[in-house]
Amino acid sequence: MYEAIVVLPLLGAIIAGVIALVGARNRYPGANPPPPDDDHAAPLIAEDHARAAPSPHGAHAVAHESHHEEAFTEPPAAGSQAAALITSTFLVIACVLSWFAFYDVGIAGHEARVPLFTYITFGDLHSEWALRIDPLTAVMLVVVTTISSLVHIYSIGYMAEDPYKPRFFSYLSFFTFAMLMLVTADNLVQLFFGWEGVGLASYLLIGFWFHKPEANAAAIKAFIVNRVGDFGFSLGIFAVFYLTGAIDLDTIFAQAPGLVGKSFHFLSWDFDALTVVCLLLFMGAMGKSAQFLLHTWLPDAMEGPTPVSALIHAATMVTAGVFMVARLSPLFELAPTASAFVTFIGATTAMFAATVGLVQNDIKRIVAYSTCSQLGYMFVAMGVGAYSVGMFHLFTHAFFKALLFLGSGSVILAMHHEQDIRHMGGLWRKIPFTYGVMVIGTLALTGFPFTAGYFSKDAIIEAAAVGTNPMAVYGFIMTVGAAALTSFYSWRLIFKTFHGEPHDRHHYDGAHESPKVMLVPLALLAFGSIAAGWPFISLFTGHGVEQFFRESLKFGANNHVLEDMESLPLLISLTPTVMMIAGFLVAYQFYIRRPDLPVALARDQRVLYRFLLNKWYFDEIYDFLLVRPAMWLGRLFWKGGDGFIIDGFGPDGVSSRVLDVTRNVVRLQTGYLYHYAFAMLIGVAAFITWFMFSGAHG
Amino acid sequence: MIIGLGHYLSVAAILFTLGVLGIFLNRKNVIVILMSIELILLAVNVNLVAFSTFLNDIVGQVYALIVLTVAAAEAAIGLAILVAYYRNRGSIAVEDINLMKG
Amino acid sequence: MIITAIFFYLFAAVCVASAVMVIASRNPVHSVLFLILAFVNAAGLFVLLGAEFLAMILIVVYVGAVAVLFLFVVMMLDVDFAELRQGFLNYLPVGALVGAVLLAELLIVVGAWVIGPNVAAAVTAPIPAPSDINNTQALGLVLYTRYVYFFQAAGVILLVAMIGAIVLTLQHKPGVRRQVIADQVARRRATAIEIVKVKPGQGLS
Repeated sequence: MYEAIVVLPLLGAIIAGVIALVGARNRYPGANPPPPDDDHAAPLIAEDHARAAPSPHGAHAVAHESHHEEAFTEPPAAGSQAAALITSTFLVIACVLSWFAFYDVGIAGHEARVPLFTYITFGDLHSEWALRIDPLTAVMLVVVTTISSLVHIYSIGYMAEDPYKPRFFSYLSFFTFAMLMLVTADNLVQLFFGWEGVGLASYLLIGFWFHKPEANAAAIKAFIVNRVGDFGFSLGIFAVFYLTGAIDLDTIFAQAPGLVGKSFHFLSWDFDALTVVCLLLFMGAMGKSAQFLLHTWLPDAMEGPTPVSALIHAATMVTAGVFMVARLSPLFELAPTASAFVTFIGATTAMFAATVGLVQNDIKRIVAYSTCSQLGYMFVAMGVGAYSVGMFHLFTHAFFKALLFLGSGSVILAMHHEQDIRHMGGLWRKIPFTYGVMVIGTLALTGFPFTAGYFSKDAIIEAAAVGTNPMAVYGFIMTVGAAALTSFYSWRLIFKTFHGEPHDRHHYDGAHESPKVMLVPLALLAFGSIAAGWPFISLFTGHGVEQFFRESLKFGANNHVLEDMESLPLLISLTPTVMMIAGFLVAYQFYIRRPDLPVALARDQRVLYRFLLNKWYFDEIYDFLLVRPAMWLGRLFWKGGDGFIIDGFGPDGVSSRVLDVTRNVVRLQTGYLYHYAFAMLIGVAAFITWFMFSGAHG
Repeated sequence: MIIGLGHYLSVAAILFTLGVLGIFLNRKNVIVILMSIELILLAVNVNLVAFSTFLNDIVGQVYALIVLTVAAAEAAIGLAILVAYYRNRGSIAVEDINLMKG
Repeated sequence: MIITAIFFYLFAAVCVASAVMVIASRNPVHSVLFLILAFVNAAGLFVLLGAEFLAMILIVVYVGAVAVLFLFVVMMLDVDFAELRQGFLNYLPVGALVGAVLLAELLIVVGAWVIGPNVAAAVTAPIPAPSDINNTQALGLVLYTRYVYFFQAAGVILLVAMIGAIVLTLQHKPGVRRQVIADQVARRRATAIEIVKVKPGQGLS
């Protein structure tokens, strides 16, 4: 069964990929495909848009300033329906199997280890490719397959007019496969394979509309920033191997206690081994989960289609870092310095992303920064030792964040690919169902009582309050502050999108509800946002943790966070709710009652406003510090080193010199017979002279 | 004075040199080249006959006879080529014959 | 001996002088005529050496055939000899230098040689005294017996040269009708006759 869960998406990806390739071959037999029009001036989807209001679409060209999705000039590819249905069906099957596995492994306690094939036999290193199914894995299986199957079904509607559907579904299924490999990994290299696989899938999917240069740039940026993290991750794996001589998790965890206190000697300094290992591995998590300093790729990743953002950048790929820290909890428990660093980074990210999300105008970017902030929450929990609480938030966050993204997609489609919330307004009358599910998602995100997010988010804040980590207090303050900001910007989004007067009358008139194939996943996710909290409390926090997670999460001997959380004073545990209400009230004031206030505030606080709007100028700083020097160095090596020195003294230089020499030698061949005769005469005279004076005998 | 072998050989040498000079000193006429070749062959003949006389061996004259034959044949062919060339190119100036120019 | 010497110097001087004029003359016809003069003087030298047959052959073949052939060609080709003298002096210094070097070396050899002691014994076919048989007979006695293959080869060379000259210069004029015997012989009834049924009074067109 577990093999089926992992292999079904791969099968779907391959089938859809074959359909895509065959279709491409049939469309462009043997020739290079002509570049489609990628100007925004002539959207032709008007004809395909069945229920469009009869309004002239040519005026769109002028009205659209914010970027919107590609104008499609081709009909859908052949076999799109087949590809979509096959991949979606496979994933639904995998989802059902995963829920069954969740019950089987978690509740009934049947853990499993399914070896697939032998991977490495090299001297003393034996490694198998195996699926490790323990409760932690079961939680992730459920999250990944549920969200992925819902996104697949949603995409059937969202990408209905896209000419490259088979490729899209192939990539989605491939991503799911890689993520499943990651979560079922039994050794670090297998985990890294899944890690890299999701990075690749992210690149392919962000750059799905590769005719757009922004999409290409965003895809490259995502991949490269991820790479920086992966570099640290690789070093971590090497360090683990160096210390323990093995890469499979069981061996590492068994040897971990014996490594406490050991130190590396590097360049005349001594470093604590476990701390170094955990810091390096966390660097990978920082990159993958878009934490502070390696976060720059996440907002730009919104160039990809909205289902991609929902699947990858909300629910699954970015949570791979969180999962990895949880999986390696035996190591992190033994490295308190690293855990403190994790908390610090998580808290900083939570606050930083929330501040930037306050002033963004693109609906998807707001949700993206919200994701970034929530990931920071999860790491705060991981850092203070409440691993199950962090996993709980991962579990619930997957639901409501995917809901928010997919709902945003529905809004975008309704507004005919408009993404700027300043151009929206008053949509609750036109798309009431989407409005309803977005409100449910926002309630869950901000932690309204009895939604799923309430339980998980408040648990994190409580855990930070009782944590013994040096950074726990900082974490508590930051998460509480971020809660207020989260509430503010989430309700800002709702109010500006759905309430008030419509700013773009034309789009407003043409807005309509999305097709059912998109609304059903939204409904299911809304249900999950509410129902994924209360029934699972005891499993993730409180008394059922030991029984549920058993050996998959390690709580050290000094780790009493979960017990201490129970005995917090009521004041502290109510703080997040208070913050949420405060944020809601301020947003209400700003955007419903007095809409002139935010405008005045932005004008008065120009510097602060621009600072936040430009994401604390991180992109500019990185560009100046890293990108420009790297490009300069690259150019130097290319033009100077490769071009001038190697080519100049090597092939090009040699060939030029040969040509020069021959050009001069050729001048001897004048074609005049008497020149040749003259040369012969000189030769004869020379020979005679030589023979005469060298005393040739005979 | 006794005219010895050396005198005849000197005459032959001078004729030979003149023939060689004639090949590359002239610019404008292919016929002069052919005539210079005849001069060279004549010098060789004089040489052969002189040696034949002074070594008392008639083989030298036989050889000179053969050389004569070959010289005549070569002159005929050379002139035929020249005529064909002139028909095609319209000029027998040596300066214009540079088709082999690399 | 004096007579011999005088005639030798006479023939030698005129021969060299006319050789110089061959290559230095402006008019190609003059060059050919000077070539003829050189040949005649060389024939004189041959007579002095006792090879009278060769001398006569020189006159008959070289002057009578080859030089006349030169003359024919020179007359036939329309050479404009007004512009023929340019560029002569460009290469004169270098060429003269190299020629002088060559000549000097040849003369050094001439002046410093000795005939080896066993050459006289290695003579292949000694010249008989002219009182017994004349030069022509002596040549014939050797040519047709010991060197008959060279003789035949020389004939073949001449044949080849003749054919070559014809091949190189023969041009078929267009429009001249010739018989092609092979085609005539190979004619068949099918290609020669065509039978046409003609209705009475209709004609053939």
